[in-house]
Amino acid sequence: MSKPLLQVKGLKKYFDITGGVFSRKVGEIKAVDDITFDVYEGEVFGIVGESGCGKSTAAKTILRLIEPTDGEIIFADQNITELSFEEMRKLRRDMQMIFQDPYASLNPRQRIEKVLEEPLIVHGISDKQERKQRVQEILEVVGLTEEHGKRYPHQFSGGQRQRIGIARALILNPKLIICDEPVSALDVSIQSQILNLMEDLQEQFGLTYIFISHDLSVVKHISDRIGVMYLGKMVELADNETLYEEPLHPYTQSLLSAIPEPDPDIKKERIILQGDLPSPTNPPTGCAFHTRCPFSMEHCKHVCPKMKEVKPNHFVACHLYDEAVGT
Amino acid sequence: MKKTILEVRNLHTHFYTDKGVVPAVDGVSFSLYEGEILGIVGESGCGKSVTSLSIMGLIPSPPGKIVDGEILFRQQQSAGEKTEDLVKVSKKRLREIRGNQIAMIFQEPMTSLDPLFKIGDQIIEALRNHQRISKKEARKKAMELIKSVGIPRADEIVDEYPHQLSGGMRQRVMIAMAMACDPEILIADEPTTALDVTIQAQILELMKKLNREKGTAIMLITHDLGVVAEMCDRVIVMYAGKVVEEGPVRTILKEPKHPYTQGLIRSLPKLNKREKRLYSIPGQVPKPGSILSGCRFAPRCEVAFSQCFAKDPELYRIKEGHQCRCFLYEKEEDIVHV
Repeated sequence: MSKPLLQVKGLKKYFDITGGVFSRKVGEIKAVDDITFDVYEGEVFGIVGESGCGKSTAAKTILRLIEPTDGEIIFADQNITELSFEEMRKLRRDMQMIFQDPYASLNPRQRIEKVLEEPLIVHGISDKQERKQRVQEILEVVGLTEEHGKRYPHQFSGGQRQRIGIARALILNPKLIICDEPVSALDVSIQSQILNLMEDLQEQFGLTYIFISHDLSVVKHISDRIGVMYLGKMVELADNETLYEEPLHPYTQSLLSAIPEPDPDIKKERIILQGDLPSPTNPPTGCAFHTRCPFSMEHCKHVCPKMKEVKPNHFVACHLYDEAVGT
Repeated sequence: MKKTILEVRNLHTHFYTDKGVVPAVDGVSFSLYEGEILGIVGESGCGKSVTSLSIMGLIPSPPGKIVDGEILFRQQQSAGEKTEDLVKVSKKRLREIRGNQIAMIFQEPMTSLDPLFKIGDQIIEALRNHQRISKKEARKKAMELIKSVGIPRADEIVDEYPHQLSGGMRQRVMIAMAMACDPEILIADEPTTALDVTIQAQILELMKKLNREKGTAIMLITHDLGVVAEMCDRVIVMYAGKVVEEGPVRTILKEPKHPYTQGLIRSLPKLNKREKRLYSIPGQVPKPGSILSGCRFAPRCEVAFSQCFAKDPELYRIKEGHQCRCFLYEKEEDIVHV
C-alpha cells in the first residue's frame, strides 16, 4: 500500500460557549472529538454523517482554517499543527478546498479570470503572461472556455460555478483537495457531470481527495475508503465495499437502511431510528449513540467505546464488538 | 376506476418580469385520484413548485399570473358531487378551501412557522379559522394532533416556540397543522429535502401512515427519485414547465420512455452497484422561456432529430396510464387530448 499523505491523530476541536456579561466560558461544544484516520496518496477518502456531526469542522481544522484544540495533523511527513501562519500559507498550495455553495465562495464583484488568478498571485507567480496562460488552461480543464473568464459569478449556473470552484482549487496543482459537500446544491443531472469531472481530474493529476457528504450514494460512488461520523466522533471506518456490505456499527446500519432507493424492486429491512440527534453541547455520556441505538446495553451508557480493528482494515467503535462485554 | 378529486387542465402560469414573460408552467395537465400518492419530479426550475402554488392560489400577483387553464376540485357533498374551478373562485371561497380541504407543507418549516407565536397557538389558529370550536376544545385537539404526528411531550410542546424545536420536529408540527382539518388533499413541496436521512425516513413513514389511515391524497413534489420509489403510486416528470412523462411508479423507474427520464435515472449513483463512470446528461437545464420552439429537451437530447427542434411534441400514449412527450413514440391516434 502507498504511504499516507495525510495522518490525522486524535484531532479535537472544541468551541467555547460564552455567556453572561463578561462572556465567561459556560460550556463547550465538542464539534470534533478525538478523530484519527490516515489518507493515502491517490485515494478518495469519504466522510459521511448527518448535519451537526462535525464533518465540516473536521475539514476546516485539517486545513487549519480553524485552529484545532488538540491533536496532530501530519501532511507529507510534516506536522502542520506546529507551523507558523506564514509557513502554513505556503503549504496550502498543496492542500486546497472546494466548498458546498460555490456562489457564496466567489466574490460577486470579480470577473472569473480575476478569481482564478488570485491564488497564483498569492503564491508568487509574478509573470503576468504566465498567469494568464494558466487561467486559460485551467478553464479548459474543467470544461469551460476562455470566454467564460470575462464573466461575473452571477452569470453562471450552479454547475458552472462549481466548475469554477474546482478550477480555483486546482490551479496551484495541489496534492490534496478537501471537498465539502461539493455536489449537494446541484441538480441530479448536473451532479453526475461534476462527479465525473472530479474523477477525471483525479486520474489526470494524481489527486487525493477527502470527500465530505451527507449523501451516502454519492460517497459510495466516489470513495475508496469511508469514515462514518456521529456527534463529533468517528464510529466506523472501512473500505467502500465492506462498509456497504457489512456495516458493523448500529448507526451505519440504520443510516444505510434509511436511504430511499430509486428502485421499487429493492425491499429493504428498514431500521427507523427514534428521536433526534442529541445536541453536541450536552452529548450523552458513554457512547454518544446509545440514546438512539436499538442494541444499547447498560455498559454503553457509561463507557465510551474506543475505535478497534475488528476485521482487517475495518475499524468500529462499538461495545457490541468488545470481547470482554457483548457476546 | 378511482375517482378524480383534483384535475389540472392545460395550466399556464406566467411571470411578468422586466426581462420579459417567463412561462414557468406551460400547459400542464394531470389528475389526482382519491387516496393516492402522486409524485411530481423534476429539477430546479422545471415548474413543479409553481404548479403546486397555482393550485393553492398562492402565486404572488404581480409578477405571476395564471393566464390559462383550469384547476378542477371535485368534492363529495351530501347533495352529490360538486366541482369548482380554483382559478375562478372568489378569494373568500379559496380561503375556505385552503388549509381546510387542501393543505400544504413546505420545504423549510422554519420559514413557514411564525417565530413569534407558540406552536399550540398556531395550530389553534388553523383549527378555529375553519371550524366553529371553542378555544379550550381547539387546544385539546391541537394536543391530539401533536401526539398523532409522533412528537413526544405534547403538553410541553404546545407552549414552546418554533426555534426551540429541531428541523424534524418542526416538519412534524407543519404536518400536524396541515392535517388539522382533515384535508382531502395534502400538497407536500420537498418536505424532507432539508432533513437528514434518518429524520427523512421518520417523516416519510409518518406521511405514509396518514395516507393509509385517513385516505388523504398526497401530491409529493420532490427531486429525489429515491423518495418517489419509496412513497408514490404514480409519477409525473416535469421539464422546463411541461409534463414530459407520466405513469405508474414502477413503469417510470424501471422502463422510462422519455430520454430525459432515462437520463435522470441513469445519472444517479446507485448503492447496490458501483459503476466506473456515471452517465450524465450533457448541457444544462434551460432557463424558463429560453426555448420557444420545438421540444424543450431537444438541445440536450442524444436522440433528437430535426423534427424535435421544429415542432412541439404532444403527449403520446404508450400504455394505459403511461404517457410520454416525445416524437420517438409518435402515433397520430395516440395523442392524449386534454
